[in-house]
Amino acid sequence: MANPRVIIIGAGSAGVRAAQTLVEGGMRPIVIDESARDGGQIYRRQPEGFSRPKSALYGSETARAEALHSTFDDLKSRIDYRPRHLAWNIADGHVHVVHEGASDALPYDALIIAAGATDRLMPVKGWHFAGAYSLGAAQIALKAQASAIGRRVIFMGTGPLLQLVASQYVKAGAKVVAVLDTSPFSAQIKALPKLIARPDVLFKGIKLVAGLKLSGVPVLRGITPLEIHGDAETGVTGVSVRLASGEIRRFEGDAVGLGYHLRPETQLADLAQCAFDFDAQTRQFRPRIDIDGRTSVANVYLAGDGVLTQGADGAEISGRLAAFAALADLGHAMPDSRINTLRQDRARMELFREGLAEAFPWPHSLAAGIPDEAIVCRCEGVRASELRGVALEKGASELNRAKAFSRVGMGRCQGRYCGHAAAEIVAAATGLPLEKVGRLRGQAPVKPLAISTRRVDS
Amino acid sequence: MGAPQARFVRLAETDRARVTIRVDGVDVEALAGDTLLVAVLTYQGWLRRSEFGGEARSGFCLMAACQDCWVWTEAGDRLRACDTPVRAGLSILTEQPDTSWPIRG
Amino acid sequence: MSQPVRTDVIIVGGGIMGAATAFFLRKRGRSVALIERGLVGQQASGVNFGNVRRQGRFLPQLPLANRSRAIWGRLNELLGEDAEFLPSGHMRVTYNDEMTEKMVTYAADARHYGLELEILSGNTLRDRFPYLGPEVRAGSYAPLDGHANPRLAAPAFGRAAKREGAEVFENTEIATVEKDGEGFRVEATDGRVFRGAQLMISAGAWGNRLSSQFGEAVPLETHGPQMAVTEPVPYALETVLGVSTNLTHEVVYLRQVKRGNIVFGGGNRTLPNLDTRRAFVKPENTLSQLTQITRIVPALNRLNIIRVWSGVESYLPDDIPIMGPSGKVSGLHYAFGFCGHGFQLGPGVGDVMAELIDTGQTSTPIDPFLISRFQRAQIL
Repeated sequence: MANPRVIIIGAGSAGVRAAQTLVEGGMRPIVIDESARDGGQIYRRQPEGFSRPKSALYGSETARAEALHSTFDDLKSRIDYRPRHLAWNIADGHVHVVHEGASDALPYDALIIAAGATDRLMPVKGWHFAGAYSLGAAQIALKAQASAIGRRVIFMGTGPLLQLVASQYVKAGAKVVAVLDTSPFSAQIKALPKLIARPDVLFKGIKLVAGLKLSGVPVLRGITPLEIHGDAETGVTGVSVRLASGEIRRFEGDAVGLGYHLRPETQLADLAQCAFDFDAQTRQFRPRIDIDGRTSVANVYLAGDGVLTQGADGAEISGRLAAFAALADLGHAMPDSRINTLRQDRARMELFREGLAEAFPWPHSLAAGIPDEAIVCRCEGVRASELRGVALEKGASELNRAKAFSRVGMGRCQGRYCGHAAAEIVAAATGLPLEKVGRLRGQAPVKPLAISTRRVDS
Repeated sequence: MGAPQARFVRLAETDRARVTIRVDGVDVEALAGDTLLVAVLTYQGWLRRSEFGGEARSGFCLMAACQDCWVWTEAGDRLRACDTPVRAGLSILTEQPDTSWPIRG
Repeated sequence: MSQPVRTDVIIVGGGIMGAATAFFLRKRGRSVALIERGLVGQQASGVNFGNVRRQGRFLPQLPLANRSRAIWGRLNELLGEDAEFLPSGHMRVTYNDEMTEKMVTYAADARHYGLELEILSGNTLRDRFPYLGPEVRAGSYAPLDGHANPRLAAPAFGRAAKREGAEVFENTEIATVEKDGEGFRVEATDGRVFRGAQLMISAGAWGNRLSSQFGEAVPLETHGPQMAVTEPVPYALETVLGVSTNLTHEVVYLRQVKRGNIVFGGGNRTLPNLDTRRAFVKPENTLSQLTQITRIVPALNRLNIIRVWSGVESYLPDDIPIMGPSGKVSGLHYAFGFCGHGFQLGPGVGDVMAELIDTGQTSTPIDPFLISRFQRAQIL
């Protein structure tokens, strides 16, 4: 192949390292990114005109952020970088990309998808009120806009981001009312043998919690979320939880940051017709990949948190590996020792990922207890009762069937935020294993597409 | 009706240039570099209403994934508030401008 | 080995045709086994546009469409479920005089079949439908037609049939169909056997695989419709709209559901994969539709689409379905290949097929749809 066309989707940690590796291999990849600036979510750059030092934004990860940003700055003249471009569909060997109302079909010989992750959510009664946000949203408000999501903020959920965002809020001078973690401390102890794979990260996590407690923020573990209080006009006014002791406690606040670790953005992999497998540990379907990121579809590779939640460092490694895999499959000679080192690093990241999933488990058992009147699908306003109704009374025990009957996951976000929980609710209601309930099939467009969009042929 | 209650709190970076936008016909002062979402929510508590429950919504993910922050321009175009930067003169509505929409568009 | 399931009638294929036939057969007291490879109403019946439209059909099909329309009007009462049927009116529009002339002729002919259509143009058209684009020349308005929710209608028939006593077997794929001295013997891929005095094949795109086993192969083609839906906006487009044109890429139809989303489809189709049972939407087709729908309603240009989908539909070269008794085997019946216009007919097909299977005749003419037309063609 004279000039293979390689496309990378996403300019976060994985996408940037993939681009670098391809450039080093003599390629000039197209890098498509939905954002105006590179860096992805974790190393998101603040807008022009903001003056906070990088250390204030990225804390202990400042050096990594700077390295990634400067790598990408150096790459820009050697790649075809297309910021504010949305890959809205993949079909027949083409990525369909829309930018300022024009949709172009880009053919590829190799496609690396590094689409990142979003917060994984479990509905709680009242999460549709104004002032309820994802944890990621709380962090972006602070990092990219120097704002807090409210005057008195409650953080609830689990996962490494929970304590991190809470402590970033405290440091920035925001009022944090409480950190309410569904994971019991015992789960974190049990996961230590795996977490020790990355002792530095483990230590940072321990320091975070200690710091939060020192600043007087209650950090409560093993809680059960009961309700976000509020009303349709004012929005959030507080949160009630059951503590590990059984006691019911109410916290007053005007904003809640919610999240239960992350879920990969897999719509593009789905549209590319990649095979998915069920992962019993994290209770979700994930695209099948080999150690380098090859999918079941020839010439399509996945990297970063968009396939496995190995974090930013892991994403950099998997981005490089996916690029090497693409180069190898295009017939390039490979630096075997380098690849072996990367694979070993990735194995360590994978062990740590498993540890995190064990330490902060997806609280699937909450699904059964979500009250009937609670909204499950925020887009369509579908209540738990309606979802259970179609599962039990209309036999819709497969998730896409439940979607067809109840509209769950049928809204603008296409089930990103309710899909996993909806599957758990159906599984709990019917008694079927989650694997049998299945997953929402990805449907184009990946994000809303303007009807004014016009086709261009480059 | 009293003054609207802001939802977001600015913690830093307040020295940026002032930019005036209009929200439902009212002049609102924002800062250069604000996203539309942050500009609106540092002025009032909501961005839009749910089509089905009617309740106030204020976005959810801030990363262009949840699609819960779409507002309208005065001209009737759609804008996703979380990834739209403010610009002077931007005029938005939190509800669809004209319920006779199919006639005038 | 387990005993075969024995019923008066076996129906292979649980789309809207099979499910409705099962329901009406139960109403006539016949025992029924309804066998579906996936889930009831999952393929063509579940993914189509949802048109409850009579105008524009092959004229001899109108008595069947009229019978079906009457059932749509009392569907909720019959099934005890809401399939969201809205008799909110349907209009075909034209962009040129040639198509307008055809439309006028059609309206005159349709009147003989009891379908009243109102031809509108000029100020009358603009006054009543002020949102139409400047290219629209004329409209043919059918006040009693409308639309319904295809995701709900066929499954509702399936459940109602079950409540009435039909045995419904989902996730059951049929391998062989044959007739012996005892009647019909139908065997599933997992070895289960069904026995019945009569058999109906309503397996849509897969119908030909079964009719071939009785020596009645037909030139069935499959296509994936290209559908899309917008975000919800205030309910304002009551009338279902469609373009009457000879140009495939200009064909587009749209309807707004009461919740506010606007569903549309039309234009070029894709080739489904019958083994994986999946069909995809070609991005180019979606983009073409976006241009075409704004010719009818320019205001749509402001909105976003949020989802596209396809499915597996079956077509015959003469663009009319196969429906009625086998030309070769007594007790065997067919209802498949509805060429993308079967949804409206579904309840009527069920009623007619049940009548035919139960009494041996039907009060609604279906002669043009007999499978024997293809055998005749082969002989010629």
